[in-house]
Amino acid sequence: MSEETIRRSELMWGAIAAFGVGIMAAVIVVSSFAMAIHPPSNVETIDPTTLNTNSEFAESNLGTRVNPDGSVTVRIVATQFEFLPRCIPVPKDRQVTFRVTSPDVIHGFLIAGSNANTMVVPGYVAQLRTVFSSAGDHLMPCHEFCGLGHSEMWALVKVLDGAEWKPDASGKASCELPR
Amino acid sequence: MPAERQAVNYRVKNLILAHIGVSFATLAAAAVLGAWQMTVRTGVNPPFATPETYFASVSAHGTIMGYVMPTLFTMGFGYFVAVTALDQPLPSMRLAWAGFWLAAVGIVAAIIPIVMGKATVLYTFYPPLTGSVFYYLGVLLVVVGSWFWVALMIWAMAHWKRNNPGRPVPLAMFGTVANAFLWLWTTGGVAVEIIFQLIPASLGWTQMIDVGLARTLFAWTLHPIVYFWLLPAYIAFYTIAPQAAGARLYSDLMGRLSFILLLLFSLPVGMHHLFMDPEHGTGFKFLQAMLTALVVLPTFLTVFTISASMEIAGRLRGGKGLFGWIAALPWDRPMVLATCLSFVLLGFGGFGGVVNMAYAMNAMIHNTSWVTAHFHLIFGGAVVIMYFAITYWIWPILLEREAADVRPLRLQLWLWFIGIVIMTFPWHVLGLLGQPRRIATFDYANPVIAQWQPWVFVSMFGGYLMLVSALLFVWNIATLYRARPVGDNRMHYAVAVYPPARVPNALNGFALWNWLLLFLMVVAYGYPLGQFFLMDVYPGLVHRVDIGS
Ligand code: HEM
Ligand SMILES: [Cu+2]
Ligand SMILES: [Cu+2]
Repeated sequence: MSEETIRRSELMWGAIAAFGVGIMAAVIVVSSFAMAIHPPSNVETIDPTTLNTNSEFAESNLGTRVNPDGSVTVRIVATQFEFLPRCIPVPKDRQVTFRVTSPDVIHGFLIAGSNANTMVVPGYVAQLRTVFSSAGDHLMPCHEFCGLGHSEMWALVKVLDGAEWKPDASGKASCELPR
Repeated sequence: MPAERQAVNYRVKNLILAHIGVSFATLAAAAVLGAWQMTVRTGVNPPFATPETYFASVSAHGTIMGYVMPTLFTMGFGYFVAVTALDQPLPSMRLAWAGFWLAAVGIVAAIIPIVMGKATVLYTFYPPLTGSVFYYLGVLLVVVGSWFWVALMIWAMAHWKRNNPGRPVPLAMFGTVANAFLWLWTTGGVAVEIIFQLIPASLGWTQMIDVGLARTLFAWTLHPIVYFWLLPAYIAFYTIAPQAAGARLYSDLMGRLSFILLLLFSLPVGMHHLFMDPEHGTGFKFLQAMLTALVVLPTFLTVFTISASMEIAGRLRGGKGLFGWIAALPWDRPMVLATCLSFVLLGFGGFGGVVNMAYAMNAMIHNTSWVTAHFHLIFGGAVVIMYFAITYWIWPILLEREAADVRPLRLQLWLWFIGIVIMTFPWHVLGLLGQPRRIATFDYANPVIAQWQPWVFVSMFGGYLMLVSALLFVWNIATLYRARPVGDNRMHYAVAVYPPARVPNALNGFALWNWLLLFLMVVAYGYPLGQFFLMDVYPGLVHRVDIGS
């Protein structure tokens, strides 16, 4: 084996490797644009110490709401150690916007079996959009350690189809946890 | 020029034994905690299982496995390489021991508050949760101690270059110094976080803490730290494994190139840990995602070069045909076995890593058990198995003794491999099913969660295999002290097929690359860090875990 052979094999492999990296980069680009993935990147700040007096995240305004234009927004507060509200109804096949924030420490937001996933960082509103294409229940655990009660911090998302989806006159929808 | 150097002559024997000894003593303790954590998660309720103990245990396990064990191992191995590859004494034994004792005091200072339940913040800190100041001081001391090592590695190489003008720095040392610079850059983020945010908060000097800034500084550290853990394994791939297989290194240049690429591309990419964070916009997340793809390049190059070196070894031993050389390799030698097992684990892990990286998939698995599975596979598996093999290689040299029988060594490596596979495969599945990480007890009465339980049991079994393997490792090392003395303490590094007589300056030092890295870091982090000072952010209220708030 001459030094020249070695050099040539290395160049060839280098090209193959670079090509592989190129493909990977392309996958990232395509998947993030074409599949319309929106990670929570709105960079919207909010004062975490005055959430209860903030009109948007006041207790009475939390939960699922149909907006005047027909779109659906869910507002959630993640706090040690529960989500408010703990049961979240959403319609099937409609775009749902989640807006989540925390008054205390960092929490996590994950709707199991979907791509709805965000960190909940005090001082910021995490916003994400998703569409649920089949009816059914999804677990919604807090996925970041937030203190000793972290393991108990779960909520439930109920995806309801046409007949079951019944918001009230003001556009609000709510549900009860089983048990 | 055969590379035969003697560590013992330079009075560094005890220094190296102390570093690596402490590293593995803490590993064994953390493995016991890991197995216990696994048991808690199955729902069988082992003794002492409460949220307090579980999260204190995970804090200790993460702190040891993330900060203590790899750092002390890398320091010890670095000292070994510095004296054997350069064939010169360390520039300052006093500084080296000072670094060791700082780290040792730091370990004790960090562990005590964890055991007392006053630092249950997990190894990632994530304020506003705030624990005892001693925990942060302890971690900081470990880091500062390791900076002594960084200085000594850079100094040793500079000294050698002065005495050997024009000669290429031996590859093992080149890789070690690459790692020293990498570590210096890496620790920048977390050191700033600890000194300017966590310690003031834990002392009660500040009641508010900028959470977004803290997360970004930590992300700066969190990705490259993985490559700091990885580099000793790579150094062994290039400079020990081909020698162990009885051949030569295919290419010295590829090694240099890989170390440089790892230094450059592991740093400006940490924000991919923040894809799912609301405090950063899409632009920089995207930029760092693209840069993340580049870090795959040096790994591809390494896999190629090492496989080619192994092929030479196999063919020299009479292996024929396309794959015959694989069978002809000396599998009975622990270093060869570990290298192969490590490659297999890297292969599995690499696949998972690509999934993590894909922006879209990340949304499904972020902070689920998938993540825990992924880093146990790569780091706990592919990397730590090489730490074992390196130790099996250098411990006999340091003690001038040789294990009579290497079967227990091989058994230990196989157990670790099988254990990690059994442990992490179900963990990946659980992640896809939506099982969040860092949870002490699951509500198995819930029918959905009940479906997870069998997988959790399987992975616990793998965890126990790993524990047995860790203990067997300690046993193997301990029995070496009573093994047969051999009057041989020479270290042989693999020599390249065509050892370079000269290499370009750029491939023989790091000045150029550090400047380039500075530029990349300013581009990648300038705005993401600067934004916290430019926009109106609302800091969070400090939440003490050690005293009532
Ligand atoms: C006996 C072998 C091991 C077992 C059974 C084990 C088990 C575990 C378990 C159960 C967790 C907690 C998962 C959670 O609550 O989400 C964990 C976390 C962790 N392990 Fe291991 N592990 C082992 C070895 C290792 C090794 C060798 C390393 C690294 C070299 C490692 C690094 C970590 C880290 C960094 C964490 C994260 C802690 C955190 O989430 O804060 N482990 N391990
Ligand atoms: Cu939480
Ligand atoms: Cu939590």
